[in-house]
Amino acid sequence: MTAIDFKTLGPAMALILLCVIGFMLNPAFLSEGNITNLLTRSAFIGIIAVGATFVITAGGIDLSVGSMAAVIAGVMIIVMNNSIDTFGAGVTTVLIGCGCSVLLGLGAGWINGTLTTKGKIEAFIVTLGTMGIFRSLVTYFADGGTLSLNFEIRTTYRPVYYDSFFGLPFPVWVFIAVSIAGWVLLNRTAFGRYCTAIGSNEAVAKYSAIKVDRIKTWTYVLQGLCVALATIIYVPRLGSASSSTGVLWELEAIAAVIIGGTVLKGGYGRIGGTILGALILTTIGNILNFTDMISNYLNGTMQGLIIIVAVWLQRGDWTRRSPPKT
Amino acid sequence: MKLKSALMALALGGALGLAGAANAQEKIKIGVSYPTPTHAWAAGMNWHAEKAEERLEALYPDIDLILVNSPDPGAQASALEDLVSVHQIDALVVLPFESEPLTDPVLNVKKTGALITVVDRGLSQPGIEDIYVAGNNPEMGRVSAEYMKGRLKDGDNIVILRGIPTVIDNERFDAFMAGIEGSGINVLDHKHANWNRDDGFEVMQDFLSRFPDIDAVWAQDDDIAIGVVAALKQAGRDGDGMFVVGGAGMKETIKGIMDGNELVPVDVLYPPAMIATAMDVTVAAFKSNGPVAGRYILGATLVTQENAESFYFPDSPF
Repeated sequence: MTAIDFKTLGPAMALILLCVIGFMLNPAFLSEGNITNLLTRSAFIGIIAVGATFVITAGGIDLSVGSMAAVIAGVMIIVMNNSIDTFGAGVTTVLIGCGCSVLLGLGAGWINGTLTTKGKIEAFIVTLGTMGIFRSLVTYFADGGTLSLNFEIRTTYRPVYYDSFFGLPFPVWVFIAVSIAGWVLLNRTAFGRYCTAIGSNEAVAKYSAIKVDRIKTWTYVLQGLCVALATIIYVPRLGSASSSTGVLWELEAIAAVIIGGTVLKGGYGRIGGTILGALILTTIGNILNFTDMISNYLNGTMQGLIIIVAVWLQRGDWTRRSPPKT
Repeated sequence: MKLKSALMALALGGALGLAGAANAQEKIKIGVSYPTPTHAWAAGMNWHAEKAEERLEALYPDIDLILVNSPDPGAQASALEDLVSVHQIDALVVLPFESEPLTDPVLNVKKTGALITVVDRGLSQPGIEDIYVAGNNPEMGRVSAEYMKGRLKDGDNIVILRGIPTVIDNERFDAFMAGIEGSGINVLDHKHANWNRDDGFEVMQDFLSRFPDIDAVWAQDDDIAIGVVAALKQAGRDGDGMFVVGGAGMKETIKGIMDGNELVPVDVLYPPAMIATAMDVTVAAFKSNGPVAGRYILGATLVTQENAESFYFPDSPF
């Protein structure tokens, strides 16, 4: 038996391999500017994927996160634009926008969760439905076009995306904070253990006096909160939201979670892996922009191949060992 | 074709003349069918269609324009059937969702004797439409290339951000490349940014990390250009005569050009207002004494500070 635990090291090895390839293609890949760009870009998907780790670990799925991000971004922009007259274009207005984002995220997550648990509808169907609803709502609010943040607020809000603190941009700090909180919650609290238990076997969890419905609803609320946080750092980037905002983010988030080693059917989750998964996904896109060796039309092929290989790397030892203890 | 629409106009005119004021229902009905606006350009088109409806119906009381938008090709096919069976339209202005699935439905409308005007996206069979109105994708590439050649010199470097991999994108790109050929302008690389602000931002960030010397950017689309400008400003590389050329005619971009924005000094038109042109021409088929059937390929006008005002529609969503 090898001493290497592929399950844990797989995603890390894939990421290191990608970085080596990127560096060989162009040394500028490891320049400070590019690394900062990479980390900042990973923050959106990464934060959302931390939430998705809980949902998936507890045996659920949330397809609505991309549309949810779009509609929250849209409503945030509308609310902030309308608050200028009363509160001016200062920090207060931005805080109102952020508060509104958090409330909407929690609310949307609660709706997804309650419909799944109390409504007893498959999570896949509930979130497929809300995905369509959120997406069309943002199109409706934007009148088919693009919602743009007022220029004065943009000046106030802009630093949240573009400014740094101790050498790292703010979005990266938010990502780090969410990751640590997520890790503690999943690995060091009763809530985390309940999620794993429910994902492994819902019936047994119920007989073990776990409030299954409540815990599952909470995972969706948590997911909504993560989407809200991601949106708060997304909006200052370009200051706009449209129906093309956050398209396919749900699949990227789910891919990041699975690349990271969380089991899609639930029962086993890894926050650390999820973070690596998000970094891997962003790095692939970044590397493809750094080379013209591969036809642009084959970008999707490369992404698909790397995702499959990254997941396969972790499965390398499954035939020899039983799944690792959690 | 000409004879046909002329005859129809004559017949309708005659019918109207005979009926006189006796029957107010004898209006000329023109159906206008296009995809439900789900992105900014289409929302602009919707706005211009509504404006044209107001204007034309006020001008000609006997013209009734019926605007219908559909969320997918199937729904559009049904909408066309309804326009025939419920409204008994005399003419159809259609911007097909997709060429293939809508060719037959449009052909069926034609069989009822209606005049057919196709906008922007051609049908997959030639000869169905009486009137064709479209923007000019190759011309967009060519006009952008001309502008680049005028501002850049031999040995200058540019990067290109392309749209979604489609025929439209290829036409623009190929014409652009043909346009700058022999000018000595280097294209460092070209990547797809999917006509999307976020992708424009990320692709441009990577271009900036990768290439230390970029003199200009061809973004070919105003949404992509917005992302590009944000990336340039973030990297502090928006000075030194750097400029970005987008395309389409977004109102914010046009406003910037009017105000003398040096980073995005021009725009190349691919106007959503083309639907209004198509409606005008179709109405003219009933009202004008000149022949109107034929193909109308709109120019890809270069919008500069001098002419920007005539392309600025502050109330349009695009």
